Amino acid sequence: MLKTSDPTELAAISKKMRRQVIEMITEAKSGHPGGSLSAVELLVTLYFDVMRHDPANPKWKDRDRFILSKGHACPILYSVMAECGYCPADQLNTLRKLGSIYQGHPDVRFMPVLEASTGSLGQGVSLAIGMALAAKLDKSPSRTYVVLGDGELQEGQIWEAAMFAGFRKVDNVVAIADNNGIQLDGFTKDIMDLEPLADKWRAFGWHVIEVNGHDIPALQKAFAEASSTSGKPTALIAHTVKGKGVSFMENNPKYHGQAPTLDEEKRALAELV
Amino acid sequence: MAINTKYELKLGAATREAFGKALVELGRTNPNIVALDADLSKSTMTVGFQKEFPERFFECGIAEANMAAIAAGLASAGKIPFASSFSAFMLNKGFEQLRVTAAFPRVNVKVVGTHSGISIGEDGPSQMSVEDLSLACSLAGFTVLSPADEVSMVALVKQAAAMFGPVFIRAGRIKCPLIYAADQTFTIGKAIELVSGTDVTLIATGLLVAESIKAAEALEAEGISAAVLDIHTIKPLDREAIAKAAQKTRALVVSEEHLVDSGLGVRVAQIVSETTPAAMEFVGVVDTYAESGAPDELLDKYGLRAVNVVAAAKRALARKKAGS
Repeated sequence: MLKTSDPTELAAISKKMRRQVIEMITEAKSGHPGGSLSAVELLVTLYFDVMRHDPANPKWKDRDRFILSKGHACPILYSVMAECGYCPADQLNTLRKLGSIYQGHPDVRFMPVLEASTGSLGQGVSLAIGMALAAKLDKSPSRTYVVLGDGELQEGQIWEAAMFAGFRKVDNVVAIADNNGIQLDGFTKDIMDLEPLADKWRAFGWHVIEVNGHDIPALQKAFAEASSTSGKPTALIAHTVKGKGVSFMENNPKYHGQAPTLDEEKRALAELV
Repeated sequence: MAINTKYELKLGAATREAFGKALVELGRTNPNIVALDADLSKSTMTVGFQKEFPERFFECGIAEANMAAIAAGLASAGKIPFASSFSAFMLNKGFEQLRVTAAFPRVNVKVVGTHSGISIGEDGPSQMSVEDLSLACSLAGFTVLSPADEVSMVALVKQAAAMFGPVFIRAGRIKCPLIYAADQTFTIGKAIELVSGTDVTLIATGLLVAESIKAAEALEAEGISAAVLDIHTIKPLDREAIAKAAQKTRALVVSEEHLVDSGLGVRVAQIVSETTPAAMEFVGVVDTYAESGAPDELLDKYGLRAVNVVAAAKRALARKKAGS
């Protein structure tokens, strides 16, 4: 697979991923475009530059692991993994259809190359801690990355896990909050405000990095800082735009969980050239 | 009475103590065994493992949901985690995590719920688990074990570690009668006929196995021949043994330290109704939560004794006779 640190190449891949996300969800007639589009640069930077992994040897013991705790954003995960060669790109448009490996939320039964089945929010940090503890026991350099929604941070289990990892110094975990400010019912600040979010993670013993989640060089720098941080897990608060890259979807709660119409698909793809 | 085991019912260790012992033994032979607890290690008896293998023991604090999912993460990365707490907390507080992170992806997690049933005693109903078998059985793909004494607990904990897949193991707080000799063999999914009989079959799990043996003795004194089946595996349930018992005796009593309408009894009834009709009676906790008290007092008050099994057997036999 292609590995690159060139931000221009990573940006080009990101644009391709956005197009695929729009096409997949339109074809499926249901799904979550907003939170998939906000996480594009996060996943692209991780899979194509930062993470140590090998699609030809997906169960390599010392691989870095990735968990999409906000499982509803799986179209971007499937697109990125297909681009890496983990799974067939020509089946991406079977998303959510009977018999497809591309289930509505990530499901290891259908896609053994996934690290975890997710979809019920709040559980990814705990899973990541378990994988990270196993790596420490095995004296493996493996690191575990987990992408969380900001609305998801309202789940109590997140903070049980945050307390554990901070106290136990599980420094081979990186939790990335896709902080797009919107959840299903509206703006996060109106539903259940998470601020001051950085202070919360710091109070639980985490090293916190705030970053523009669409700025690839800034993300590369942030992940490098996370890797060189020992004695503390890292929380990367990625400030993102829900629906990023499609003007009429940006910052619009409507597109949290609504598929584009055929006309909207056409308009979206016209913007992603 | 034809007794298939040679052993008297003298008091042995609590099944939670047997679990703790088996876990240490497993730790010595398999470096992939790890343990997690939620601030109850001195009660669940994982403390022995913690002392011998501190680097493989993860104290999670009072956060069962997080513990369940950390265990799943450890299992996904190749470890064989045993996560334990009181059964009431492990399953009720960790259920969603067990469903999504353990059952649904079918990871190799072992979950142990101690202090099950009402025999925990004085601590009272918030700590008592009378629905854990029901919850564990509703986790698709889980194997559910409910050993009756220390010998079966040690053997089944080791078998749980040796098999791949999620397992729930139910353990109790109080010391309980020793039913098996050290050389007894057990197979997950295979019931054990402890006593042979022809008139009625007493099917039981956990503490009620010893009570059912005592009930069989009492019935024999009245000229009634009762068989006793120990169901140490609630799921997968031994369909063949149950169908055979129903066919042979046409009268069954199912006894458990659990809500009667959601535990072993209903699962046995499902098999009986699908195979051979038989008169059935159920001994268990009836749609209520218990209270504080000495374990013996509670077992008496809530009807989980040999005398209750005997009465149920007579009701089943009366219906069998009326129906024949």
